[in-house]
Amino acid sequence: MTTDDATDADAAGADPRAWFAVGDDESPTDRVRNGTADAPADWPTLAVESGFADDEDDYYAALREATLAATRAEVNERERADDRQLLHAVRAMDDAERVANELAERVSEWAGTLFPDAGTGVEGCRELAERDPDGPAEERVVSLATRVAELDREADELEAFIESRAPVAAPNLAAMAGPVLAARLISLAGGLETLAKKPSGTLQVLGAEDALFAHLRGHGSSPKHGVIYTHEYVRGTRPEDRGSASRALAGKLTIGARIDHYSGDYRPELEAELDERMRTIRARAGDDGGDPE
Amino acid sequence: MTGTDASLPDGVERRELDGDDRLCTRGPPEYGEPTDGEWRAWDARRSKLGGMLELGMDTGLSGGETVLYLGAANGTTVSHVADFAGPTYAVEFSPRPVRDLLDACEPRSNLFPLLKDARRPETYAHVVEAGCDVLVQDVATRGQADVAVENRRFLADDGRLLLAVKARSEDVAAAPDAVFDDVLADLESTYEVLETRPLDRFHEDHLGVVATPR
Ligand SMILES: C[S@@+](CC[C@H](N)C(=O)[O-])C[C@H]1O[C@@H](n2cnc3c(N)ncnc32)[C@H](O)[C@@H]1O
Repeated sequence: MTTDDATDADAAGADPRAWFAVGDDESPTDRVRNGTADAPADWPTLAVESGFADDEDDYYAALREATLAATRAEVNERERADDRQLLHAVRAMDDAERVANELAERVSEWAGTLFPDAGTGVEGCRELAERDPDGPAEERVVSLATRVAELDREADELEAFIESRAPVAAPNLAAMAGPVLAARLISLAGGLETLAKKPSGTLQVLGAEDALFAHLRGHGSSPKHGVIYTHEYVRGTRPEDRGSASRALAGKLTIGARIDHYSGDYRPELEAELDERMRTIRARAGDDGGDPE
Repeated sequence: MTGTDASLPDGVERRELDGDDRLCTRGPPEYGEPTDGEWRAWDARRSKLGGMLELGMDTGLSGGETVLYLGAANGTTVSHVADFAGPTYAVEFSPRPVRDLLDACEPRSNLFPLLKDARRPETYAHVVEAGCDVLVQDVATRGQADVAVENRRFLADDGRLLLAVKARSEDVAAAPDAVFDDVLADLESTYEVLETRPLDRFHEDHLGVVATPR
């Protein structure tokens, strides 16, 4: 009997609780993950008796294959669930930053009427938060400035969280894009799985329409760059080569996202290939007699 | 000195490595440990079972056993166990270290990883066989005695429990000796304790326990 037959015959006489006693729509791998039994039994002997395995060695080889596949799949799935955490964290970080900046403007405007020497922006708020208010109006301004400083600190902590989580949830993407950009790409795509399924041309322009990144891109940037424009490999490349740079980067990030999603192992050679490709692109500037950086 | 030692299982030897007398097993290196040909050092400071062997506890191990290992983490110790034992089931419930555990399983045909909670043996009793010779337990979690009791069902009547108790996992504030007494008392109804040794030389506030089912 071949192994396939044995599986199909759902190991006819086998104990229905055994991992290898599979039902119609199940594989032994599924049963390793989801099955239960109150008590163990002499599974190797039962497997041979029921015809699932030819002998004990055959049994352990099948067991090994099923436990490795089940564990690998489950680890991938559980770690992939981490991509949701990244998505929320990066959105929260951007919200916290945006709201802190908005409120900081309000604070500077108001503070200017009470403290002639008040600074501006989040930095100004941090400094205001340290002051001793005199009277109810100053109290409100100092209190509001304190919230801004706290919100800004929360944004920093969210960033630290992203930096520690991204390399686990998406090791290759995080290594090449950096943890925050990796999280942004996952967030813009709606998850690691959807990102992994997008062609690289789509990844390249993810976030291009998003007003949030307008300030990161600065003025006059071409709409063909999405959020990956913030990557040093695009931003730091001379304008006439940015198209090639962002295509090359998007290509490698797409491969990274796919490996992260489907197998989850870290492949440092990807990053090395990207570095090499970028050296080639940037060397053009030198060949043209231009400034290489 | 290279040599066999009566208290060591077949497949575990003391060998001179980098000028030191080290416990070694034969297998692919896993965590940057020093090697000598096929042999690789088993670092007692990174392994409670290694510490128990290093201290000369009578583990009853002779090599080739069927082993259920609870709390496999990234596979440091269980990879050495699989080097000298027979079929070895490695249970760990945290996905992170299991990535490395999978790497340790890859070159070993007798090491079976299971991402399961050791407090819920019914979730792996359909995979792990009955009558295991050895139950190794190193789960740094509250209720270590309960885990050992619950997993008695996998052990042969003349099998061995090799348990590392971490005092701080039960109660960070209590005196370790008081914690050890409680754990041993909780084992009492299910296991006969054969030997206990503090593992402090290698692992602070840990107790090594060798026991057999009643
Ligand atoms: C001290 S580490 C084990 C180190 C490992 N035995 C070695 O020497 O290589 C303890 C492990 O127990 C795991 N653990 C804690 N509670 C557990 C449970 N209920 N089921 C399975 N594993 C558990 C932890 O995730 C951790 O990896």
